Amino acid sequence: MIKNILEFEKPIIDLESKIDEMRKYEDNLDIKDEIEKLENKVYLLKKSIYDNLTRWQRVQLARHPERPYTLDYIYRVFDDFLELHGDRLYKDDKAIVAGFARLGEHKVMLIGHQKGRDTKSNLYRNFGMPNPEGYRKALRLMKMAEKFNVPVITMLDTPGAYPGLEAEKNGQAEAIARNLLVMSALKVPIIVCIIGEGASGGALGIGIGDRILMLENTWYSVIAPESCSSILWRSWDYKEQAAEALKLTAPDLLEQGIIDRIVPEPLGGAHKNPDEMGIILKKVLTEELENLLKIKADKLVKDRLNKFGAMGVFEE
Amino acid sequence: MAWFKRIKQNISPDTQKSEIPDGQWVKCTNCNEIIHRKQLETNSFVCPKCDFHFRIGSEEYIKIILDHGSFKEINKTMKSGDPLNFVDTKPYNSRIASTISKTGLFDAVKTGSGKIEGRRVAFGCMDFKFIGGSMGSVVGEKLARLIDKAYTSKIPLIIISQSGGARMMEGAYSLMQMAKTSARLARLAEAKIPYISILTDPTTGGTTASYAMLGDIIIAEPNALIGFAGPRVIKQTIGKDLPEGFQSSEFLLENGFLDFITERKELRSKLVQLVDYLSNS
Repeated sequence: MIKNILEFEKPIIDLESKIDEMRKYEDNLDIKDEIEKLENKVYLLKKSIYDNLTRWQRVQLARHPERPYTLDYIYRVFDDFLELHGDRLYKDDKAIVAGFARLGEHKVMLIGHQKGRDTKSNLYRNFGMPNPEGYRKALRLMKMAEKFNVPVITMLDTPGAYPGLEAEKNGQAEAIARNLLVMSALKVPIIVCIIGEGASGGALGIGIGDRILMLENTWYSVIAPESCSSILWRSWDYKEQAAEALKLTAPDLLEQGIIDRIVPEPLGGAHKNPDEMGIILKKVLTEELENLLKIKADKLVKDRLNKFGAMGVFEE
Repeated sequence: MAWFKRIKQNISPDTQKSEIPDGQWVKCTNCNEIIHRKQLETNSFVCPKCDFHFRIGSEEYIKIILDHGSFKEINKTMKSGDPLNFVDTKPYNSRIASTISKTGLFDAVKTGSGKIEGRRVAFGCMDFKFIGGSMGSVVGEKLARLIDKAYTSKIPLIIISQSGGARMMEGAYSLMQMAKTSARLARLAEAKIPYISILTDPTTGGTTASYAMLGDIIIAEPNALIGFAGPRVIKQTIGKDLPEGFQSSEFLLENGFLDFITERKELRSKLVQLVDYLSNS
């Protein structure tokens, strides 16, 4: 039944299945105390494992095949969703979903990367790797959001913009660049939330905003650890070292001043309890949105310019 | 074991070295013609026989494009701070130090103001020889300040790109330079100040996906490699060889992403023409 177990999750799963086994005899034998002891042990074990994850283990959690994706959050966090398609130029990209949604009493434009769950849906979603038409769909809808004064919420979860022939031919770089330009001056609030993988330009292409949030077990960097390993170490085998060197976890990015807030996940990761994750995320997004709605549009844009302007470390 | 194994790697654009070697005589990378260095220099580092454009740096472009002695550099000695204490096969800070002493440059872009036939411009030019022209905090900050200079002095902005993309050794900081420069360009555009982006070999990754593709006018030198993903990555992804001329300047022009391609010799006169068309007077 249980599949997709990560190496470091194994001891927990083993103990948990032992408890399940004991539960079957709970009525006949007096083992309540035993079970309680074991449950306590599981909790402590989980705490110690998840509090001490290496950066590479976080990357693995961020990619966990059972992790909630944008559409999983849409129905847990938002009260309504009306999906809108197409870039009005060429195509509808299935790797980016977008549309109007309601967050409590607030109307929002929701835009997020979308991965698939199995081979078929992954092919349909192109593994969450957008083509230019995806970024252009996002651009069209963000401009529309601005026109009708609707705030924007984006959810980032991509292994990268798709490196393919068509993508290059149709201007992948131009599409991303255009989004950066337009998002940095968009006259409505933008909240960005990294819910899984934040791989480079493919993530940043819908990633400029007033508040940048990261779920606890996600990563965000200039390159994926494997690719970094292959370029700098000239081998695919140094992904753990690359992950360490890149300092790409939520706590790292908070320290670097690149994100504003870490959204805590249920113990063991968002996939262990997507409903609870949804409740947490809804609370955080509502709070952030209500704060941003108090700020005038011109000030938002000015603050955004300064926010990204302050990022970087150099010596003069 | 695979039945078929490629013994010889295919030649792809990113493996070609076109940097000019030292010495009096230079062999053209493209047609093998032996050219005297002086002759090459007077021909803007373009092969007189086959028109191959040698890869040159900011010093050379300043000489080719700007009025003699008019360039005033700003933020010249700004240096990377190694924010992540990054170590791969060697520590980033020693990589920086050795590149500085080898190239005489402090990072991968030179910025300042200058004149083109008397017209004042804000001018930035990247250098591929500094860690592959990669964009980290220094490149981002110097370009942001250059854009600010164009903004406050109300003068046209010209940036010559030559870059492998964002610099890995500064992690997410490098990525954010794309956001930083694009936000500044948004403000510049709002003020209706012209920005001309010039793409040279190679311009890829985060550089292309930010300021390089955001010019009012985007021009390129002939046969430059321009793209988002590098050719090697695309080849790996699709598992096929790339078509001839893929991601070349000509390919981009054909697909509608460049205003035009210009020979290096005509770059200066084209810029004069453009600046005049784009300015208010």
